[in-house]
Amino acid sequence: MAKRAAPEVNAGSMADIAFLLLIFFLVTTTIETDSGINRKLPPMEESEEDVVIKQKNIFTVLLNGQDQLLVEDEIMELKDLRQAAKEFLDNGGDKSCTYCKGAKDPASSDNPDKAIISLANNRETTYKTYISVQNELVAAYNELRNERAETLYSMSFEQMEADYKDVNWPGNKEKLKVKIDKIKADYPQKLSEVQE
Amino acid sequence: MPAVNTASLPDIVFMLLFFFMVATVMRQNTLMIENNLPFADQVEKLDKKDLVMYIYAGKPSENYKQYGNSAKIQLNDKFADVKEIASFIAAERASKREELVPYLTTALKVDSDANMGLIGDIKQELRKVNALKINYTTKKGSVLGNN
Repeated sequence: MAKRAAPEVNAGSMADIAFLLLIFFLVTTTIETDSGINRKLPPMEESEEDVVIKQKNIFTVLLNGQDQLLVEDEIMELKDLRQAAKEFLDNGGDKSCTYCKGAKDPASSDNPDKAIISLANNRETTYKTYISVQNELVAAYNELRNERAETLYSMSFEQMEADYKDVNWPGNKEKLKVKIDKIKADYPQKLSEVQE
Repeated sequence: MPAVNTASLPDIVFMLLFFFMVATVMRQNTLMIENNLPFADQVEKLDKKDLVMYIYAGKPSENYKQYGNSAKIQLNDKFADVKEIASFIAAERASKREELVPYLTTALKVDSDANMGLIGDIKQELRKVNALKINYTTKKGSVLGNN
């Protein structure tokens, strides 16, 4: 019997099949949005002693049930909050802060180490507004830290933190950690939260 | 003009296909709630996916209207009460290697329209079980533009 060669399989539709699968995966892929604002909750055990804090060192931010913002007893728009917080933190009222660029107003905060932002919200406040306010307050700290890092190390604080996390970064991580801690100590994040 | 040889087209497409297959993360949890995350721009990435515990909250979505109209908590695949958070955290911790437990972060994926009362309760529960590292998961975008 004559030997017949097996007929070639037509691979012309291979591309179509692959395209179909490709489109399926393209559509179902959701690049996960796992990024957000990191916060640390205060531990449960309350310290017994009452710490006395001067009124001028506290920056009160109040959010009511109608999502209205009251900052230092005045109604404020969200867009002005970041600037107000920066001015408060960077004020340096007792002149002990050598790097502060603020107004040195004696009626406002003494220095960034003592300045505390107090955020109070109502049970009816919507989460969206709360996150916006959190975001603006964190932004105020980040901007101040960035400016400080630029003057000290001519590098933004964000960049320093990104380098520190980056496993492929070639520099000396221990030195970088010291620098980061220095900036953090210059502008410590002191944000206290209450819910009414 | 000679026709362009398309014999390598399947290879190219397969390459793309493999990329997307590998990059795709299938959701572990079926969401039973509306989960429209708020916007923020001062965000940090949650790098270690396996060290994250997810707590979802929001109002029940269209198919689960029978559970009411107010915001609820979802743990794993079902609705939960605030009191169940403690046991959820304990279970999550038990499923991880012991040395990794201190690095666990709780990601709060909460709908924009939920109210803070619920979040406050969740945070209080987390404090009780000493799960202090939290992350408010948000979308990246301007706060002012999307209000």
